[in-house]
Amino acid sequence: MGDHLLDVKNLSVDFHTTHGTVHAVRDVSWHLERGETLAILGESGSGKSVSASAILNLIDMPPGEITSGEILFEGKDVLLMSAEDRRQLNGHRIAMIFQDPLSHLNPVYSIGFQIAETMTAHGVNKGQTREKTIELLARVGIPDPDTKIDAYPHQFSGGQRQRIMIAMALALKPDILIADEPTTALDVTVQAQILTLLEELQEETGMGLLLITHDLGVVAEVADRVVVMNAGQIVETGTASGVYHSPQHPYTKKLIAAIPGEGDMAEPLGSGAEPILEISGLSKHYGAFVALDDVSLTVLPGETVAIVGESGSGKSTLAKTILRLEEATGGQALFQGQDLIRMDANALFKVRRDIQMVFQDPTQSLNPRMSIFDIIAEAFVIHPEILAKQHWKARVCELLEQVGLKAEHMYRHPHQFSGGQRQRIAIARTLALEPKLIVCDEAVSALDVSIQAQVLALLTQLQDDLGLSFLFIAHDLPLVRDFAHRVIVMQSGKIVEQGPVEQIFDAPREKYTRSLIAASLSPDPDVQAVRRTALRKMQEAAV
Amino acid sequence: MTQIQNQDTDLPDIPKAPNPVGQTLQMLWNDKFAFVSVVFLLIVVLCALFGPLLLEDVATKQNLRGRNAPPFDFSASWPYWLGGDALGRPLLARIIVAAQNTIFVAAGAVFFSLIIGTALGLVAGYTTKTWSQVIMRLADIIMAFPSLLLAVIVLFMLDSSVFNLVIVLAITRIPVYLRTARAETLEVRERMFVQAAQVMGASTRRIIFRHILPVVFPTLVTIATLDFAFVMLAESALSFLGIGIQPPEITWGLMVSLGRPYLTTAWGLSLWPGLAIILTTLSLNLVSNWMRTALDPAQRWRLENVRKQNG
Repeated sequence: MGDHLLDVKNLSVDFHTTHGTVHAVRDVSWHLERGETLAILGESGSGKSVSASAILNLIDMPPGEITSGEILFEGKDVLLMSAEDRRQLNGHRIAMIFQDPLSHLNPVYSIGFQIAETMTAHGVNKGQTREKTIELLARVGIPDPDTKIDAYPHQFSGGQRQRIMIAMALALKPDILIADEPTTALDVTVQAQILTLLEELQEETGMGLLLITHDLGVVAEVADRVVVMNAGQIVETGTASGVYHSPQHPYTKKLIAAIPGEGDMAEPLGSGAEPILEISGLSKHYGAFVALDDVSLTVLPGETVAIVGESGSGKSTLAKTILRLEEATGGQALFQGQDLIRMDANALFKVRRDIQMVFQDPTQSLNPRMSIFDIIAEAFVIHPEILAKQHWKARVCELLEQVGLKAEHMYRHPHQFSGGQRQRIAIARTLALEPKLIVCDEAVSALDVSIQAQVLALLTQLQDDLGLSFLFIAHDLPLVRDFAHRVIVMQSGKIVEQGPVEQIFDAPREKYTRSLIAASLSPDPDVQAVRRTALRKMQEAAV
Repeated sequence: MTQIQNQDTDLPDIPKAPNPVGQTLQMLWNDKFAFVSVVFLLIVVLCALFGPLLLEDVATKQNLRGRNAPPFDFSASWPYWLGGDALGRPLLARIIVAAQNTIFVAAGAVFFSLIIGTALGLVAGYTTKTWSQVIMRLADIIMAFPSLLLAVIVLFMLDSSVFNLVIVLAITRIPVYLRTARAETLEVRERMFVQAAQVMGASTRRIIFRHILPVVFPTLVTIATLDFAFVMLAESALSFLGIGIQPPEITWGLMVSLGRPYLTTAWGLSLWPGLAIILTTLSLNLVSNWMRTALDPAQRWRLENVRKQNG
């Protein structure tokens, strides 16, 4: 059976914890051919990264233990090799790139040194490394590689850092490249570029590409075959297009059904109502840097307005300025007729009840040392006029049930919940204040697709029940498509385009909006193939 | 929505909160080292509270036949079981009596420096740049002075009473807590849950005491327990120089330095009070270690699950 380049057979990995043994991966088998792209698709905790870590000997043992199985690389079982032999494989024959390139590049060494280090560690002559590094940097599309070779990681953008990681991984022309969520931390347009680069490099070198991802769009863009994992087991294997069009396993079906961007778009609300929030000419400068430039928008009662843009477009600054976490440089934001920007502390305290915020990462937005009851009841402590103390517990129970959690959860602490549950707790906390407007800053970006769908359904239901308005900040266009009434597209601090959701998606007027929509990935491999050629043509025409 | 209405009528259904006292004792029992340490510290505190009351006379009575008496002579009366000092006074009784001064000075100095240093550190970390600068430069001035030199100068000018000693030692240790508290506050204030509290309208006081302090506190307590030993030794150094506690008042540190000339002939004179210092510090360390785990909800399971793990 030495046919495959890499062959993982019946691999099982356990982690021994004080809570008992966790079967991270159970009886997993897959294989990778030369020149092929295999995607391992799964949500967080599905064990999708564990088998890749086992290949590179990155599992901490203990607490981890490989209980069964073998990993054959060119017919030899790497699990039986000596540590030195495995070191020779790692980086040289099998290389890996990671999700967050900033934390995997050493900030105190120049990137040239770090790329050269990979080569010298595997016996390349020191004299040749510089020249080769410059070649590599040019190949992965770093502009001006002759001088940039001596620059440090913080001097590059996120997309460039990922390119540098790729250059480092390719330094020794590996046979296999393992990419663990390589584009998750990147903007959509940058994601498209990185995936294109990976495809090109694969064509050139004929390496096998193992892609670990949670994103069906990424699978559709690059993968030949896909392995779907859930709870440590493989539930389905097949070609990317086959799995998408005729999923066999209920889990795969559920996963595909949860993908945003396929449902009906919302009708815009009638324009008769008095806007709850009316922003005009808002600007924010940090020294000479303009983060917000003359931003004007309105939000109607019961309306969801989505603000979409890439990182650095000023969408989070906008949220923080409205909530007075940052002071605006100019302009006004009228909330029910009162200007939020020039409000004194007393009036601001009163209005805090009406405008609330749900943050991106519920792990960080909930105080880890407070119980769920304390977190939610803090609203009543700060605003005692809401509720008398003897009713707090009943109200917290009610709020927890309202967001789909159980009353007995209230004495637990945030770390005892999953990401989706934590975001529900954060939503319950905002609801405790009975707000009229909730600002959601990337509120579901950190969550798995199926959890995203649940949280969005919860938000929609709350909007119907309580008549809330949402200002929904996101970088993910398909997500917004199903959820928002109106969409505002931002770029470098300015509003580029705004309009009803149907107009933005079906007839975008601005070039930037069109490129954003073109760069977002469709989960359907066939649709994505058409889009890809269209996008390439667009880029070629631009050049 | 029907669910919510049901909940309204089912008010008695509210789950009970777990009993915090029982939980804490259970967690303490699960960490045997911390448990023994707490018991030891309780004994020390009892000695400090009642020792001088009961044993003052025994501890100061000279007995020339018992000069530098060797330890473990169980035929003698119990205060002499650890031997006698250079004037024949019983060591065990003296250690028990000395506990009061020692603990008072050390605990007082650590307590005051912890409270003042933390308060200033939180202010420096959370308020405007001007205040932060003023406070930090004050800390720099204190740190720039060798702490013993400062103590010597102050105690020469003022009377060398126990109270003054506490004040001086507290002042010299303030910068440690101040700098730590400030550094951690600067980090914690940027965390998202602090922003979330701001959005809810929480007052500055509430943010500092409810959100920042609980995160910063365990680190400071750990430093405080380590400082306990430092302060005890600093106190003995000052006493040795003749400006701290003066005989006939005694402290463990003073006993160690008084026993120094006899180290070759009667090692017990320095060893037993030294051991008392070590054991107290060690116990405090173990307890603070336990406390850090017990106070952190994400780590607490380590103390709660001991039985399951064994079984």
